Amino acid sequence: MALKGELEHFSTTQLFNLINLARKTGTLFIEQEGKQAQISFREGKLIYAQSGSQDGQLASMLHRAGKLSDDQVRLIRERAGTTSDKQLGLLLINAGYVSQADIIQSIQQYTLDVVYDILAWSRGRFAFEDNRMPPPDRITVPIDLENVIIEYTRNMREVEHLEKELPNLDFALKFPDRPGASLRNINLSVEEWRVVSFINPKNSIRQIAKANEMSEMEIRQIVYGLLQAGLVELVRPPRKDDPQQSAARRRRPTSQQTPQVKKTVVNKLISRIKSL
Amino acid sequence: MQTVKMVITGPFSSGKTEFIRSISEIEVVSTEREISTPAERVKDATTVAMDFGRITVDDDLVLYLFGTPGQRRFDFMWEILAEGMLGFVVMVDSAKPETFREAKSILETFRAYAPTPYVVAANKQDLPDAWAAEDLRIALRVEDNVKLLPCIATDKESVKNVLLELLYSILEEMET
Ligand SMILES: Nc1nc2c(ncn2[C@@H]2O[C@H](COP(=O)(O)OP(=O)(O)OP(=O)(O)O)[C@@H](O)[C@H]2O)c(=O)[nH]1
Ligand SMILES: [Mg+2]
Repeated sequence: MALKGELEHFSTTQLFNLINLARKTGTLFIEQEGKQAQISFREGKLIYAQSGSQDGQLASMLHRAGKLSDDQVRLIRERAGTTSDKQLGLLLINAGYVSQADIIQSIQQYTLDVVYDILAWSRGRFAFEDNRMPPPDRITVPIDLENVIIEYTRNMREVEHLEKELPNLDFALKFPDRPGASLRNINLSVEEWRVVSFINPKNSIRQIAKANEMSEMEIRQIVYGLLQAGLVELVRPPRKDDPQQSAARRRRPTSQQTPQVKKTVVNKLISRIKSL
Repeated sequence: MQTVKMVITGPFSSGKTEFIRSISEIEVVSTEREISTPAERVKDATTVAMDFGRITVDDDLVLYLFGTPGQRRFDFMWEILAEGMLGFVVMVDSAKPETFREAKSILETFRAYAPTPYVVAANKQDLPDAWAAEDLRIALRVEDNVKLLPCIATDKESVKNVLLELLYSILEEMET
């Protein structure tokens, strides 16, 4: 099954949300005006990213993080030859150049830098290849997507996009029943916590904004981030608060709306369709 | 004689007419016309008012299938079609992510018209670029208690399955 399209129609954050919720394993390839990027995931966690001319090798990551000097990197590049990243990592740790924590941190930081850059791409083609993994010699460090998405959407200011993604502030919010969606490991801001504390199927998003004295723009941004991170879900408002609903009801009496159909009728329809 | 109706809705070119055509016992009474605007010219004809199909159960019972016009400029028809429906199917072209947002918006609009059961059909599953039904569920934010069914509207068995699943949902709703 294909998971492909244009970022214009299905954005990078929507893709991350999907990969996270579906716990996907594989690699996302994105191409934008000659630039290419690939991001790999294992069971919905980010494990590897590579973009453009960055070689994505351990030595470069450690150098970028300031853990290796210019000279050290040059030496490694000259002498290490075909040494895999995993072997090189061990060598460097054993030689006392870096610690294991340095390596993990440098890889995480590098991956996040690359990913935040790609998240901002708004045009280009994408395709997700199931089960495709990065080169086996690379060291992969799993990163929760929830935090990545929340962090990224915090800086999102495109009003139009937010309005399209969250057109109706009369909806309420609830926490998903899905296991594994926990707020515990997420770094939420004070504003986000304030919104979270009001989450209840009875409170519309508009009401939450009012209670927290937030503008529509502010609440949209926060709710959008929480939604894309899969931490909350939309629920439709109770009937009486839904203007579209009550308008429709006013126009027609309920008896006309719901047909008086008996179970026997439905059963007859079922047998007939089966026989077709 | 009792007549009941179900509505087949969804974005432009999602396969509504095809769906009804595959199962209707009468030639689908389509009010189609040639497409004028180039942007919409991915096929030759579009439904401008509605499609109309029929399945006769017996002398006393007939099921009508109504397909909504796909283009928004005809959406004044929707509410009229929705009136008194037993349930509805939202057709989505699984290979066209550019229509997913529209599909979701149509789904919400129909839900607001009437509290009847509905299913989402992930249509055109035979195309190589079709998204998997599970991915569509997340992309469209379809709740877990709503059926999202893989569908090939040109295949009668597949269409039967979608209608049957909708009828099972209607039955379940009656029992609660
Ligand atoms: N491959 C494939 N093509 C399909 C399927 N369903 C419909 N099509 C084709 O998709 C095109 C659009 O189908 P229609 O049934 O006209 O779509 P519609 O929803 O009635 O379109 P409008 O009335 O214009 O909104 C036609 O060329 C169909 O033959 C399917 O399951 N698989
Ligand atoms: Mg049609």
